[in-house]
Amino acid sequence: MKSKTENQKGWLFVLPVVLLVAFNAIIPLMTVVNYSVQETFGDNRFFFEGLKWFVQVLHSERFHASLGRQLAFTGIILAIEVPLGVAIALAMPRKGPWVSVCLVLMALPLLIPWNVVGAMWNIFALPDIGMLGKTLNSWGIDYNYTRQPFSAWATLIAMDVWHWTSLVVLLCYAGLSAIPDAYYQAARIDGASSWAVFRYIQLPKMKRVLTIAILLRFMDSFNIYTEPFVLTGGGPGNSTTLLSIDLVKVALGQFDLGPAAAMSIIYFLIILLLSWIFYTLMVQGEEQ
Amino acid sequence: MKRLQWLVPTLYILFLLLPIYWLISMSFKSTNEILGGFTLWPQHFTLQNYRKIFTDPTWYNGYINSLIYVVMNTVLSVAVALPAAYAFSRYRFLGDKHLFFWLLTNRMAPAAVFALPFFQFYSALGLFDTYIAVALAHCLFNIPLAVWILEGFMSSVPRELDETAFVDGYGFWRFFTRIFIPTTAAGIGVAAFFCFMFSWVELLLAKTLTSVAAKPIAATMTRTASSSGYELGLLAAAGTLTIIPGAIVIYFVRNYIAKGFALGRV
Repeated sequence: MKSKTENQKGWLFVLPVVLLVAFNAIIPLMTVVNYSVQETFGDNRFFFEGLKWFVQVLHSERFHASLGRQLAFTGIILAIEVPLGVAIALAMPRKGPWVSVCLVLMALPLLIPWNVVGAMWNIFALPDIGMLGKTLNSWGIDYNYTRQPFSAWATLIAMDVWHWTSLVVLLCYAGLSAIPDAYYQAARIDGASSWAVFRYIQLPKMKRVLTIAILLRFMDSFNIYTEPFVLTGGGPGNSTTLLSIDLVKVALGQFDLGPAAAMSIIYFLIILLLSWIFYTLMVQGEEQ
Repeated sequence: MKRLQWLVPTLYILFLLLPIYWLISMSFKSTNEILGGFTLWPQHFTLQNYRKIFTDPTWYNGYINSLIYVVMNTVLSVAVALPAAYAFSRYRFLGDKHLFFWLLTNRMAPAAVFALPFFQFYSALGLFDTYIAVALAHCLFNIPLAVWILEGFMSSVPRELDETAFVDGYGFWRFFTRIFIPTTAAGIGVAAFFCFMFSWVELLLAKTLTSVAAKPIAATMTRTASSSGYELGLLAAAGTLTIIPGAIVIYFVRNYIAKGFALGRV
């Protein structure tokens, strides 16, 4: 591959993008920063408070609790969706009419509006009249996601696995279908086991798309709001109140602008930091 | 072992289809039947829920509103992302890597963080409750994504193509529109698909930025759910209808998706 040419005119090409994104990102972000250092009593007068809100949020048990729940949620869904997605992608047919059928059906959950996903699982899991809840209860399993935190978590995770595993599958499948047949033929001649084929041919080829899949799933699961909000509303109690839900409660529910803004910034910085760590680790792994 | 491989995707698809089946079957039931007890399929098949949606303007306008801003956003995002992705894939310029990463950080921003400032900002501009407001707001995460996908595709097009065209006497814009864009059509398709998808499924910002005139279908659903109590059948019918546009789009791009990711740097 030839190297890129030095050309400052590149800036002209990216200018519309920069302007549009900056318009959306920088001004609202500055508003948030502005609120985060001020106190208001609702009469449009603001007083400078310095870092008071940041200190308050960082020391609040409520924030620690929702951050803990958020990390647990993201960790669990990554641990389920990534291996499951890889396994399904490996088992999918490579050729023939079934490929399109599989792809279309699997991509379906990705294109359903998030609140519909929440509503769908809500009515699917209702303990008395929902298909899932009714079935579980008739098997003698005590299940009620509006009352028991454990059921609520199980439903939440099942919903996310249902919703997003397909993204991992599609990405991995794309990586797998880029492997030339000759590789497999060579492996067969060498008498390689299917584990060896996976370890030395398929996994390296999937590494790049897998990186993207993990990054996207990490970012999106950390930002998740609509689905759990519609499904459980953060309850029962606070048991499924993830970071976004907590943030919206503080910002729009209680209208505590200062703490909400400080929380937003801390939240954003956490995502940024974790994404950056992920990214560097995986890019390094790729280079080795 | 090999022979049973088809079981894995089949079981997975079955798992995917179960909640969707439940939603669709519920949309053909009357409220009485839903609340009356558990029935695996509609005993008294009714189209009442759908009739209500297609005759009540507050319902069907929701779909029209959603489609308008989604299409606006998709066109806008892809249009501005095209030259930018070209620059990122072909040129080196001051701060290009930092700029690329900064763009991506906007993809990571939680929508909840931006909900309140967006509301104030777009209200101040007089854009509150317009299609443009939602279309612009969704650019925040769709433009970075479109640039990211397109850059991958464009980098896989050999640079010799550009050079040959310039030697043949093509001006830049003529080359870009006549040769380069058709060459990367698959990438544009994939990028447009993802912009459509993320704009279509997003609710928090769309809901925050609209009240009546541009209210998306997703917001109509949540408001109806809370105001009219327990009209599950109606809610299910509305939900079923939101699946259709996505299903149509996905059918058209099904062959590009797999190929797209394989080529792209995504």
